[in-house]
Amino acid sequence: MKEQLLQDGKAVGDRMSRVDGRLKVTGAATYSAEYALPNLVHAVLVGSTIAKGRIRSIDTKAAERAPGVLAVITHVNSPKVPGFAAKQNPDEPPTIGQPLRVFYDDKIYFNDQPIAVVVADTLERARYAAGLVKTQYAAEPHQTNFEANKARGFLPTQAKRNPKSPQNDYDRGQKDGYQSAPVKLEAEYVHESEMHNPMELQSIIAHWEAPDRLTVYDKVQAVKGTQRAFAKDWALPEENVKVIATFVGGAFGNGLHNWPHETAAIIAAKVTNRPVKLVLTREQMFTMVGYRPKTWQRVAMGATRDGKLVGITHECIGQTSSYEEFTESSVQQTRMMYAAPNVSTRYRILGLDISTPIWMRGPGEATGAFALESAIDEMAHLLNLDPLEFRLRNHTDTDPEKNKPWSTKYLKECFQAGAERIGWSKRRMQPGTLREGDWLVGYGMGVGTFGANRGVAKVRAVLRADGSVLLQSATTDIGPGTGTAMVQIAADALGLSPDKIRFELGNSTFPTAPSQGGSSTVNTVGSAVLAACTELKQKLQQLGGAAFAGAAPDQLTLAGGQLGLRTNAAAKASLADLRKQNNGQDIEVTTEAKPGDARQKYSMYSFSVHFAEVRVHALTGEVRVTKMVSCADAGTIVNQKTAGSQMIGGAIGGIGMALHEGALMDDRFGRYVTKDLADYHVPVHADAPPVEVFFVNKPDTLVDPIGTKGIGEIAIIGVAPAIANAIFNATGKRVRELPITPDKLI
Amino acid sequence: MNQFQYVRPTKQKAAIEALARDANAQFIAGGTNLLDLMKRGVMQPQKLVDINRLPLNKIERMDGGIRIGALALNSAVAEDQLVQQQLPLLAQALNAGASAQLRNMATVGGNMLQRTRCHYFYDTALPCNKREPGSGCGALEGINRMHAIFGFSDKCIAVHPSDMSVALAALDATVLVSGPKGERRIAFLDFHRLPGDTPQKDTNLEQGELVVAVEVPENAFPKNVHYLKVRERASYAFALVSVAAALQLDGNTIKAARLAMGGVAHKPWRLTEAEAALVGKPATEETFRQAAAVAMQGAKAFKHNAYKLKLAPNSIVQALKNAAGLA
Repeated sequence: MKEQLLQDGKAVGDRMSRVDGRLKVTGAATYSAEYALPNLVHAVLVGSTIAKGRIRSIDTKAAERAPGVLAVITHVNSPKVPGFAAKQNPDEPPTIGQPLRVFYDDKIYFNDQPIAVVVADTLERARYAAGLVKTQYAAEPHQTNFEANKARGFLPTQAKRNPKSPQNDYDRGQKDGYQSAPVKLEAEYVHESEMHNPMELQSIIAHWEAPDRLTVYDKVQAVKGTQRAFAKDWALPEENVKVIATFVGGAFGNGLHNWPHETAAIIAAKVTNRPVKLVLTREQMFTMVGYRPKTWQRVAMGATRDGKLVGITHECIGQTSSYEEFTESSVQQTRMMYAAPNVSTRYRILGLDISTPIWMRGPGEATGAFALESAIDEMAHLLNLDPLEFRLRNHTDTDPEKNKPWSTKYLKECFQAGAERIGWSKRRMQPGTLREGDWLVGYGMGVGTFGANRGVAKVRAVLRADGSVLLQSATTDIGPGTGTAMVQIAADALGLSPDKIRFELGNSTFPTAPSQGGSSTVNTVGSAVLAACTELKQKLQQLGGAAFAGAAPDQLTLAGGQLGLRTNAAAKASLADLRKQNNGQDIEVTTEAKPGDARQKYSMYSFSVHFAEVRVHALTGEVRVTKMVSCADAGTIVNQKTAGSQMIGGAIGGIGMALHEGALMDDRFGRYVTKDLADYHVPVHADAPPVEVFFVNKPDTLVDPIGTKGIGEIAIIGVAPAIANAIFNATGKRVRELPITPDKLI
Repeated sequence: MNQFQYVRPTKQKAAIEALARDANAQFIAGGTNLLDLMKRGVMQPQKLVDINRLPLNKIERMDGGIRIGALALNSAVAEDQLVQQQLPLLAQALNAGASAQLRNMATVGGNMLQRTRCHYFYDTALPCNKREPGSGCGALEGINRMHAIFGFSDKCIAVHPSDMSVALAALDATVLVSGPKGERRIAFLDFHRLPGDTPQKDTNLEQGELVVAVEVPENAFPKNVHYLKVRERASYAFALVSVAAALQLDGNTIKAARLAMGGVAHKPWRLTEAEAALVGKPATEETFRQAAAVAMQGAKAFKHNAYKLKLAPNSIVQALKNAAGLA
């Protein structure tokens, strides 16, 4: 069935403030750790101090005797988790392999691996007792040094198993065809691991409401995925596991995997028969809940002297743990971004004695864009071409990887809008020649892209007696303002004022929806909201009788507590009458929406370009990003305000990637030494410049009936190379290792 | 964090006695550093003697200078009119430190006594002679990009993190301390120690001694001063290198100079020879370069901090340019 497109309405496109904004800023929003359950107790994890080996002995006596302590659980006394014995990955990927089975045996796979959990009546007593657990290890030699182990990089198992996996080797035209070009370059790019540090710490309250019924208040991006994972772990029917994540204080990919501390809390709740709260410390955020993996990349590129790309070869090695294969799409944009006849990509992963990485905003594409977009800038410089002009000469109007038309692509509009707004004409072709006092000034750009993905979701829509509509779906909102966008879509779909609509999410008992990730929530869940609202109106139409027969759904309105018809002001049916027709019940539908076959015919991507103006101090090497312009071709913009905020947040996150973030490991101990927010830097307010945002705002109704393509990832993809390229333009120094700290510039 | 006793005396004598009787006791004022260290198990005092009720927060003119009480808040000192007029270098250094929230809690005495931010000191799973004498220096062969280039030993290569102390070192301050044996005065440059074989000792304070005040003598540097702090983000980061520079100019000729560096040694690093190299010379970039070269004599880098051998002299030049109004 062809999907009903979203009609022109007032709500979509509006700068509506967040429906939950007041709750958040007044502290009334309840986050995972804030549920005040009766008899709640507190858990604190103890982490290993070696990177590999076995626990020889673990002495918990002093901790057990400490005041207020209810339990100290280790691999010695932990109850068996049924799913652990099955030796299988309990959930669908993010990873292939065996996620860490907490307290399962004496093996240590990474430093600060949870080896014990202490439960006490207060947090302070639990923390004190955690310090009393004494552990003896049989350490084994560990491998944490990326450079020393780089040669061990291997093709991911998912590529070996599936020839169609995008992680496989790719060659278009001649393998390494760049070599035949008259102008060539080769360069290596590296970035350190970037650690997930959303404002809200990872936290969970686990509550066994009955021996076979588990409720968790958990900071996750997938309530249904988490429900499935824990149901498998504990051999329970899915409906016996309830997952609540009504509010999430930032996640950025951190909540797309279930981590050892979650199961530790569930075990602790089982042992103590009390609801158990476990909140990680900031230091633990660095070691056990995922990160953007350290990555090495090599780009080789060839072009004709008049600036036509002949070929690009892009190789990448990303690190993962020894027990799970985490993969991401670091080289794939190289296959489709530019009109190069010869493209080769290679993707490998490297297992080290560290914890498993996970996607971080703009996941592999942000990594890959740093290499690709830096290399494009390097080639433009070699050719003595403006990098914007070089990109235009290699622009492609069809997808050269899949030989399909784009569903929509308005990247050139983004280029033009961004160049005007940043003042690209001020950029000097010769690096290091624009100066203000002691500061060198430069301009740079970087392009981003991410698949305009869409999944399958269901939404329940209920028309209540007071004329308001309740919508429910088991998606989450990790910060972009999902609830607000859904209300706007529903308002237009129903012809109803937004203040009469409520959207509920973050509860596994709601109709199913995928995780919030991959910039796809509005595409996926928004489409289901539209479909549910359409079906609701069709049901009302039937209940309304002859006056409404044959009307198209977009002609029906719900304003003023009655069903109306745009084309005929006389046609009216009161809500009370409609309910009477429905046996006095709330009028309810649950509707599924899924992508159609346009996906087979078109290539669907969002695009962005970021422009940066930087100042680099000539003597001290300090970098200040003084202005940024971020432009997005993301289809329909449902809410200019929240979408703009996403873009600004992505730009500032990209400044962190370019200039600040990078965890340092002392390989002798296999232990990170920068693991708090004093040593591991993210941008502070003073680092955040004015960020001007431009949206093309043209619908792509091939992606979904609302016309959206997705914003979350392209907001950061391409930012780091824009800044690195601007630094080159300012100084003439090409830095290929992130973060670009002053020591690399003096 | 361990259990600890807590007392909050209102008399200085009682506070000193409370500490003198107990080797495992610590004074606490703002607590911006000590509480972090306690939570991580780096410091485990059995008793905290809260000195916030002692009357030690005055900033006052005294004979021949300005006396700043040990409990004066960093923010209060930085905003004080007397300080801004007569000790602008100190005000600049204070404002370069930490964040507004921390400056509203941190005291002058606590700022001087804050511990190093060396990664190895903070992680009890790693070796550190300062935290656990004899366990080894993790930084010596480890990640040492933030570490010392002057005055280190093979036992410790950590740096002192304070900005305020760099300015006080440049301005020839004196520390007033009071202890079981009475009061004494310590020249600021003798207050902090080099690590030598006893890196566990940051300062020359004796058990039970309380910092009461800092005295800064009148000086000839009310205007041509600059505190330059080079760090990895625009605010709220410890210095890679910092420079406190003060010049007294007669036309374009340097009559007197004060120069000290932070982020390069276990204590604020005063550069008296470089100061001498400035006096009598014209205030030009060339002069500043020569002084910076003098300042760097004897510097030695480790695996990750060689950049400081270039960043430090560049920062000296830039700070002097700013102080002289050449930038």
